[in-house]
Amino acid sequence: MRSALNTALIVENVSKRYLIGHQSGQREQYPTLRDVIAREARNFGRRAADFVRGRQIVQGDEIEEFWALKDVSFEVSRGKVVGIVGRNGAGKSTLLKILSSIIEPTTGRVRIRGRIASLLDVGTGFHPELTGRENIYLNGAILGMTKAEVSRKFDEIVDFASVDKFLDTPVKRFSSGMAVRLGFAVAAHLEPEILVVDEVLAVGDAEFQSRCLGKMHAVATKENRTVLFVSHNLQAVQSLCDRAILLDTGRIVMEGGTQQVVARYLSAGQYGSQPSNGQKAWSVKTAPGNAELKLTAVRVLSPNGEPSGTFVSDCDVCVELDFVAREMNARLCVGFDLANAEGITLFRTYQTDLPPERWPPIKIGHNSWRCTIPKGLLNGGEFLVSPRIGIHNIAWLVHEDAVLRFQIVLRHGVSPLWNSLTEADRPGLVAPIFDWQSVAH
Amino acid sequence: MIEESIIEPGRTKRYYWLELWRYRELFRVLAWRDVSVRYKQTVIGFGWALVRPFLTMLVLTAVFRGVAGLPSEGSAPYALMVMAGILPWTFFSSALSDASNSLVTNTNLISKVYFPRLIIPTAAVVVSFVDFLISFAIALALMAWYRFLPGWQILFLPLFVAIGFLASLGPALWITVLNVKYRDFRYVIPFIVQFGLYISPVGFSSNVVPEQWRLLYSLNPMVGVIDGFRWCMLGGQSQIYLPALWLSLAITAFLLWFGIRRFKKMESGIADLI
Repeated sequence: MRSALNTALIVENVSKRYLIGHQSGQREQYPTLRDVIAREARNFGRRAADFVRGRQIVQGDEIEEFWALKDVSFEVSRGKVVGIVGRNGAGKSTLLKILSSIIEPTTGRVRIRGRIASLLDVGTGFHPELTGRENIYLNGAILGMTKAEVSRKFDEIVDFASVDKFLDTPVKRFSSGMAVRLGFAVAAHLEPEILVVDEVLAVGDAEFQSRCLGKMHAVATKENRTVLFVSHNLQAVQSLCDRAILLDTGRIVMEGGTQQVVARYLSAGQYGSQPSNGQKAWSVKTAPGNAELKLTAVRVLSPNGEPSGTFVSDCDVCVELDFVAREMNARLCVGFDLANAEGITLFRTYQTDLPPERWPPIKIGHNSWRCTIPKGLLNGGEFLVSPRIGIHNIAWLVHEDAVLRFQIVLRHGVSPLWNSLTEADRPGLVAPIFDWQSVAH
Repeated sequence: MIEESIIEPGRTKRYYWLELWRYRELFRVLAWRDVSVRYKQTVIGFGWALVRPFLTMLVLTAVFRGVAGLPSEGSAPYALMVMAGILPWTFFSSALSDASNSLVTNTNLISKVYFPRLIIPTAAVVVSFVDFLISFAIALALMAWYRFLPGWQILFLPLFVAIGFLASLGPALWITVLNVKYRDFRYVIPFIVQFGLYISPVGFSSNVVPEQWRLLYSLNPMVGVIDGFRWCMLGGQSQIYLPALWLSLAITAFLLWFGIRRFKKMESGIADLI
């Protein structure tokens, strides 16, 4: 036997195929009635044939196979915490769904040793009409806890979510943040041998996120608990995981120590290894986002509007986000994370950090917003821009990692001594210049 | 001892029924959820389970007795005979429509958590069953009103209730899986329910069906169930036509077997199709 007894999970050549349909020749936005009727008539014939043969109905008239996962194999030892990283659409969620038995692989095999529980969403199955108390029991049962187990941990759950005043209020009256807190609180008290977690830290406010991270840490470091963790929060992955797996277009690109995998993930981006020209644009079809909003381009520019991949630290760096909005949402937050080459986030910024009267107005249609990073702040080195657009405390619309990189040459010192330093000599994530004075006591 | 499970394409769970039993807690909770939200934010709440069958009874009695002048069974009051048909019919029709939409309405659950999917439509049938138990009060009230005392046959009622339960579950499971794949069935169900009310002996006694058609008529599994209900509730006034009963029972059993088989076959693909 290849697998020793201390293996919790063995994934062998797992692949998953989907059929996806395209609408051929329907690029124009307003087709005529005649086109629609002709197309519907054609599609009806095909759908009827599919029905008779008992096959799945796929919308569109060009059907192609799409492999969400292709020949994925790995093993996880008991008690290890493994992070799975990759861009949107790399197959992370598909993999987790297969591991949780929600969907079946097309080929391959997974062997699981021990009780597995999965947490792919917070507050799964919450019913808006039921009260907080009732939903705790409902959600607990859905996640596989017995009634006795939930009762035993009830106070802890309520305490963690801090919703004690609203226990007998229907969840539909909860704020979205409260519902998310309650959902995570229930899930955090699961005690399976193997836990599969998807992106749960990407919701809620910062304070709650750090509490979740703390709880995840406690869960992960408990004896003999095996955890598979998917997240875009690379810092969370780095602090929680012993090992990491990098997925790209359904295949495993790299498997190994978390630091190396994260570094590889950040460096092997869509732009390959060439130096960036300071822009990244998407076509309408591939643009990240949803029907409400799509991100169409990200640029880093000098203050005079020149896109570039390299800047000197004594001038401002501007980050521009182009997006197309189809709906107005007062809670829309547009921003980005700036991380260094090691994946450590220096800061996150949103337009909503400003007082409301200074928020740029959102227009239906094309928007182009600019954020200025002041000179004399960034240290020398490589930086990565990760656009973050979301509805405050509710959902992410765009959450793309490291779509753009740029280089800073450190030269903002005005002192003759500073100028003699090379960038490598200045430690720290940032390199600001502060005021110094002598004080008389 | 560490339990080992294997996930493979096309692998039906070896311990399918055992696993179902292990998830009984979730089944209980989901059924409880559906029952408790059914009449949330309504004024008369569970009163709806009484009002609807009662009004149906009045209308059907007026139409089939008053207008059409059809005979009752023996000397039993017509309204009571109609009620004995409405109870199982309402149960069947609401179970069929709720269960067949249940997987689609629980999409968020199905795409995020694993559990034996059979739980969801079955829990939906339980909700209709609770309604059925409540509306049974109308039958009791009618019996009191007519001072009608049922005979020893009433002891067999639970048997027919169970048959009614299975008769709705079988077709419901089948249509549920079809509905996941082809949403057309969402529009087929109201049709079945609407027609079924007239082709099943709800507003009239199945004795009015000509003798030579009787066996063919009993291909409808609800005929056996409704006749059984009348036999139990109307004491000696109703005669049971045995060949028809056996035929209905056989069809119920077949539909149940077929429904479960189809469901098991589709089960692993539900999350992909929904």
